[in-house]
Amino acid sequence: MAASVCADRPAPAARAPVAPRRWRRLDRVLSPYLYIAPFFTVFTVFGLFPMLYTGYVSMTRWRADVPGSQGQWAGLENYRRLLDDPYFLNALRNTLGVGVLSTIPQLLLALGLAHLLNYRMRGRAFFRLGVLLPNVTSVAAVTLIFVQLFGRDYGLINWALGLLGVHQIDWQAGTFSSWTAISTIVTWRWTGYNALIYLAAMQAVPFELYEAAAIDGAGRWRQFRSITIPMLRPTILFTVIVSTIGALQLFGEPMLFSQQQDPTTGGSQHQFQTLALYSYNQFWGRFKYGYGAAISWAMFLLIVVIVAANLLAARRLRGIEA
Amino acid sequence: MSPSPSGSRARLLGAAAVLATVLSASSCSSSGPAKDDANAPATLTVNLFSDFGYADLYKQYEQLHPNITIKESRADMGAHHQNLHAHLLAGSGTADIEAVEIGQVAGFQSQADKFVNFLDNGVDPSQWVPSKTAPASSPDGKVLFGLGTDMGGMALCYRPDLFKAAGLPTNRDQVSAMMADWPAYIAAGKQFLANSPNKNVRWFDSGGNLFSAVIAQAPQGFYDSTGKPVVTQNPAVKDAFDLVAGAIKDGESAGIQAFTPAWDTGFQKSQFATVACPAWMSYEFKTNPPADGGKWDLTRIPGGGGNWGGSYLTVPKSGKHTKAAVDLAKWLTAPDQEAKLFKEKGYFPSDRALWSQPDIADHTEPLFNDAPTGKIFSQSAKDLKPQPLGAHGAEIGTALGNALTAVEQGKADAGTAWKQALGDIANING
Repeated sequence: MAASVCADRPAPAARAPVAPRRWRRLDRVLSPYLYIAPFFTVFTVFGLFPMLYTGYVSMTRWRADVPGSQGQWAGLENYRRLLDDPYFLNALRNTLGVGVLSTIPQLLLALGLAHLLNYRMRGRAFFRLGVLLPNVTSVAAVTLIFVQLFGRDYGLINWALGLLGVHQIDWQAGTFSSWTAISTIVTWRWTGYNALIYLAAMQAVPFELYEAAAIDGAGRWRQFRSITIPMLRPTILFTVIVSTIGALQLFGEPMLFSQQQDPTTGGSQHQFQTLALYSYNQFWGRFKYGYGAAISWAMFLLIVVIVAANLLAARRLRGIEA
Repeated sequence: MSPSPSGSRARLLGAAAVLATVLSASSCSSSGPAKDDANAPATLTVNLFSDFGYADLYKQYEQLHPNITIKESRADMGAHHQNLHAHLLAGSGTADIEAVEIGQVAGFQSQADKFVNFLDNGVDPSQWVPSKTAPASSPDGKVLFGLGTDMGGMALCYRPDLFKAAGLPTNRDQVSAMMADWPAYIAAGKQFLANSPNKNVRWFDSGGNLFSAVIAQAPQGFYDSTGKPVVTQNPAVKDAFDLVAGAIKDGESAGIQAFTPAWDTGFQKSQFATVACPAWMSYEFKTNPPADGGKWDLTRIPGGGGNWGGSYLTVPKSGKHTKAAVDLAKWLTAPDQEAKLFKEKGYFPSDRALWSQPDIADHTEPLFNDAPTGKIFSQSAKDLKPQPLGAHGAEIGTALGNALTAVEQGKADAGTAWKQALGDIANING
């Protein structure tokens, strides 16, 4: 029986044994999972587990300086406390303020920059790579340089403003001045990155559209407004969401910008203490593990809500257009 | 040695340390049993929060013990102590030797059992005064977990050239006599500002720094002897705060935060004429000489006495080479080494016997115009009336310092700033 089946085959020597063939099928079914497994394993260990564990800690009264408090169940008490914690509300306000001040100019600048980089010009590759440089430089290095630039007595920016007759500004002191300075650092680091994303999207816009518009007599600005922007909408939505998430998690820049003895207080009056800084301050600085974890989770929930709102707004817009 | 040296570098390291903590929190591995063989090759890790001036001593120790290699790491002051707390909690990740600053040491008392007890390792606590050993002991006194390194004997550093230009006395004894207490010091500041030809020079560097020096002299600071915080009940705190806030209002403060790059610049550009200076601060004067060629001098601190800063070396039990680490920590804090650190680096020893030893007591310091630093710091150390310490002393000091910064920045008056500080302090324990 087996021999007759085998005889049908044209090249018995090359015939694969039965087991490996089954293995091959198994391979086809399993291997995609194996390929993506490293990501999910790493994500589970370093992303999902810490997140869930933080969620658990946020519902306990755990404080490092209170022996035996580990595992004391508190339910949602920490979250309730957040709502009337003036420092939390202040941090929320700072985070949103710095977020708006940094995200909007950053994306507008990136759009303009991408438009310019899309022109045919000499040394295009050099400029396109150049705009990414601030992004690959470390936050710490960039921020330390900016702290010098924003120095009160001998900073370059105050010197330049002095030439214009503006009185010395103590950038760390004021709420708006410190937000502006921190937003400048964020904008400096992320504009080029977003510009490259826009540039890639711009290059996918069919050239015929511009040609047709040009024949119809549309100028460059009109083309940018009526072709480029609408064609870029999904990309713009993507960058808005990514920058929003980044802005809500802002940590390194305000921490290193601070000149106070304890950099997690975000200035002499918490004027630039962001949510991430406040969480760190409570968790590691004050050893309130439960409460610090609750701040982290509140931050996470806030991000989810804001991103969902973004997506809804985008869908609504698309609906109106259709 | 108190806060971090050059702010920028330390900040950078601090940020790195923060990242390291976050990473190590999830990647901790349990440490093996301590190796007790004294001659086995070992690399000892030492975690500090500023330059303790140990580089030459390490070399000397490595020559004496060829099997030992020493590796030092530094983070900024806040991050260093936070990391140590986190690593003790996790039971791993500590270095073989960890430094602890005196303002932070009380916060580790409840974890005394996580450190090697030096009393079991042939250390005689009478090497130090009780006020140095008590904060680094368990509440029952059976465990000594920190060996005293330096202390912050206090002095007043001043610029004779700027004093002369403003018509103030320049001689050490005259300066000290003129500013016997803090109100007199602040009155002299008014006189200086009125008569100094250079209007860019202020009287002192930062309100927070001055406050630290003033409150250090009170018999009681932020805590009472039972370890209860008494910021609101203790009139000395409010008095010191109001004194400094008043001086800020009169324009005496340059408003430059200590231990930042701007502070370094302030030294170089002569932005202030006096600094309340503990012994460990001399590194700052050495690395940032005035660009105008002026020199610093040093005299008795107004009010006399007080302590600001100073540190301990500890050996966490979770370290890999606890036995060898104990030997190194004992050697580094032994009188010979401590004496050397004072003469070469300016760190004033906390070993009490050294205060009367001629080569220390008669030491004069070229950095401060040959001022008798040995005599001044020894006297300050002998006059020291120890203050009760508490778990969050450093954070409370920071909150009050921040409030004084707000006054300097023109963002709050003394009353609002005081309320702000009380709110911040309430949030430390709340």
